[in-house]
Amino acid sequence: MSPAAPDQTFETIADIISETANVDRAKITPEAHVINDLGIDSLDFLDIVFEIDKRFGIKVPVEAWTEQVNSGKAPAEQFFVMGPLAERIEELVAAKQA
Amino acid sequence: MRLEYFEMIDRVVSWEEARLTADAQVPEASPVFEGHFPGFPLMPGVLMIETMAQACGWLMLARSGFTRMALLAKVGEAKLRGMVKPGATLTVTAELVHDGSGYAVLKGTLAEGSTRVAEAELTLRTMAFPSPELEAGVRARAAVIGLSA
Repeated sequence: MSPAAPDQTFETIADIISETANVDRAKITPEAHVINDLGIDSLDFLDIVFEIDKRFGIKVPVEAWTEQVNSGKAPAEQFFVMGPLAERIEELVAAKQA
Repeated sequence: MRLEYFEMIDRVVSWEEARLTADAQVPEASPVFEGHFPGFPLMPGVLMIETMAQACGWLMLARSGFTRMALLAKVGEAKLRGMVKPGATLTVTAELVHDGSGYAVLKGTLAEGSTRVAEAELTLRTMAFPSPELEAGVRARAAVIGLSA
């Protein structure tokens, strides 16, 4: 991936969230928590994941992430804050391309 | 079909990896028709959608080997193209669009003969069975409609 790819991934995900859940694009910063700050509920999040799956050609492992958070193996911020979320998506894309 | 019991699928005709086809016979009489509508009985549109959703659910159940339940979460692009009257014989299809983590998106259709009467994009949540009673009930119903567990 090119050096510009991480920013582009963030921008793409932010656009998806803004369009899918009708969230003010200016509020979607790398520090924003998708639930606590952006007010995304579980159904909107499902729509967002569907769009991410389609756009990036991946399968976002939401169930595995949730299990990790619920079992205390990983902090929620690792998956549900915009900056780290974009990093996780990049990792999934890279793993698919490898 | 037994509308008042939400038993919408009578028989699964075929299913494969990403598609299921089923038959559904609309009853001649049902308490539902007493109110919808007096003197002009019609199958309610919400039950047409429910029928497509159940076909989609059976496909996802079969794909999981009956280890995961599927629940309707979203109805999109729904079109009710025709009226369905008592006694109609319907063909229901479910086609998988995307199998995600904890959810699936499918396209459902409902046809009477060669005429499509309804279609919708349906999103289902998929999850482990929340109770053994539900799992047993679903497996029993699957056997009745010819879907091997």
